[in-house]
Amino acid sequence: MSVAASNLSREELLALYQRMLLIRRMEEQLARDCAAGKLPGPVHLYVGQEAIAVGVCHHLEDRDWITSTHRGHGHFLAKGGDPARMMAEIYGRADGICGGFGGSMHVADFSKGIIGANGIVGGGIALATGAALAAQLDGDGKVAVAFFGDGAANQGVLMEALNVGALWKLPLILICENNGFSEFSPTATVTAGRIVERARPFGVPALKVDGNDVLAVWQAANQAVRRAREGGGPTLIEAITYRTRGHVEYEVTFITEPYRSEAEVEAWRAKDPIGRFAAYLATHGLAAADELEAIERAVGETVAEAVRVAEASPEPDPASATGHMFANPR
Amino acid sequence: MARKRMIQAMNEAILEEMERDPSIVLFGEDVKASLFGDTRGLWKRFGPDRVRDTPICEALISGMAVGAAAAGRRVICHMMFGNFVYTGMDAIANQAAKLRYMTNGQITLPITFLAVSGGGRSAAAQHSDAVHPVLANLGGIKIVMPGSPADAKGLLKAAIRDDDPVFFLQAAGRGGEPGEVPDEELVIPLGEACIRRPGRDVTLVAIGAMVRPAIKCAEALAGEGIEVEVVDPRTLVPLDLETILASVRRTGRLIVVDEARDTCSSASHIAALAAEHAFDALRAPIRRVTVPDCCIPYAPVLERAVLPGVEHIEAAVRATVGWRRPR
Repeated sequence: MSVAASNLSREELLALYQRMLLIRRMEEQLARDCAAGKLPGPVHLYVGQEAIAVGVCHHLEDRDWITSTHRGHGHFLAKGGDPARMMAEIYGRADGICGGFGGSMHVADFSKGIIGANGIVGGGIALATGAALAAQLDGDGKVAVAFFGDGAANQGVLMEALNVGALWKLPLILICENNGFSEFSPTATVTAGRIVERARPFGVPALKVDGNDVLAVWQAANQAVRRAREGGGPTLIEAITYRTRGHVEYEVTFITEPYRSEAEVEAWRAKDPIGRFAAYLATHGLAAADELEAIERAVGETVAEAVRVAEASPEPDPASATGHMFANPR
Repeated sequence: MARKRMIQAMNEAILEEMERDPSIVLFGEDVKASLFGDTRGLWKRFGPDRVRDTPICEALISGMAVGAAAAGRRVICHMMFGNFVYTGMDAIANQAAKLRYMTNGQITLPITFLAVSGGGRSAAAQHSDAVHPVLANLGGIKIVMPGSPADAKGLLKAAIRDDDPVFFLQAAGRGGEPGEVPDEELVIPLGEACIRRPGRDVTLVAIGAMVRPAIKCAEALAGEGIEVEVVDPRTLVPLDLETILASVRRTGRLIVVDEARDTCSSASHIAALAAEHAFDALRAPIRRVTVPDCCIPYAPVLERAVLPGVEHIEAAVRATVGWRRPR
């Protein structure tokens, strides 16, 4: 962790911690809400993977573009999306960031460069490639980042994007979050070879990084984003992590046979990115215990406020259901 | 006014719009070589930044069109043959048709997808599909099917200026068809049908490539005193239902000619709408002239057997005009 830490101020380190914790606490709230039957639709939680979104998005500005996945709350919050409007969206309310039209799998805020979560595995890869093309034509150093999982790495569109990205030297950063599972299938059972190697034939720089180490992710993304901004073309980063919660929150209602052992999950919980980073900050004298507690309290208030806003928001008007398919209906 | 081939009219439309709006980027497979001629000369004129040959990877390029549009560009994406829409379908159906809606209208997606569609050239089953019914059912995609060179120019310019995803489907066999094209600026709004030929006895709605045989049929039958009104919807989404219904109310009879397979064709949709909204005006059952539910075959004699031609249309008109309620 030390290489990156030397490049970051103490305030920036605490900001990384705060953002990871915000994602975690927001999603723990969603897990409780789901269990209580408060959410109308499915939620796919990012618990255990927070270091990746936060370590990457720290390098991005509002004008940079990201595309995300069905597990997209972390990317939305890491890129600066509003927690209350995200919560209201997942509650299916009118004040949601997408007015209740999208829900958990489609949280998006274009004003923040968030092209959105995506219900199609691999669906964001082509969108980010197109955004990278637009950014290249704009010529002002913007970049586009595609977050996707190991499952999406098996979609052919990744090869297509690597090919075009390399040919056109697009400012594209491909972040593969290898969380060990393609839905309910362990990665090794559906994935041949190593994902990081898939960039090599295209001449695209690629590296594998500990996805549970926010500073390692920060360091890898730092190089990739700089290369992209300077016209050096795409980079693939495979971040190794683990999905400590299920594929989808209510999977216990339909998955009858366990697809992984409790011991495996526990072993990864011990490598939790937030706990590790808190310990790092403490042992290196970068944050006092009361500072971390203050961050915890502030995050808790943000989550509570998000719930209040979401609960107070009205449901969308049913008459608006067909309203905005087209910008110009006729 | 000058006589031009349809493909020339399209080429002019793209060139004029790219001159007019520097935010437009055009990409697709072999747009530099230009298989059909619609993008000919554009690479030379606008350079490799704005006109890009892509690899053959429809899944990516249809998605790139959405991403580039979401990021502020006006996009022209060439899909080449209508059948290749299927390989690019995820981003068309799941992204282009939905991203604006899912995000509560946060963005516009100004994308014009170009593809040739339909048969007539012995290109066989994988290069001859008429893909408009599949696209029409997605909901978030506008569909233009021009019936003349002038319409092709005016509608394509409107499509490129439109802020929504539009599929501009040019009939495969008709790029070389000549027609008068005005010299002055021509932009034809989407969603306005036109009456190609007035007539009092039967309304013949003809879509895209079917306009020409429909007019030929109408001309032939006029000699026998059967007056056929040929209505060209020009765009299927949005559909100018009012013009179609007004014609049906005048003639009391409706035939829809569509190069799509029969099941769930646009002809079926238009027929259903007319039955629902103009039942009282109908003096005969609505008929559809479509492709049977089979693939488009290779041998010319086989292909002619399944594609709607003048003789199929004429038979439908005679049957409709001659229909009497069974006693």
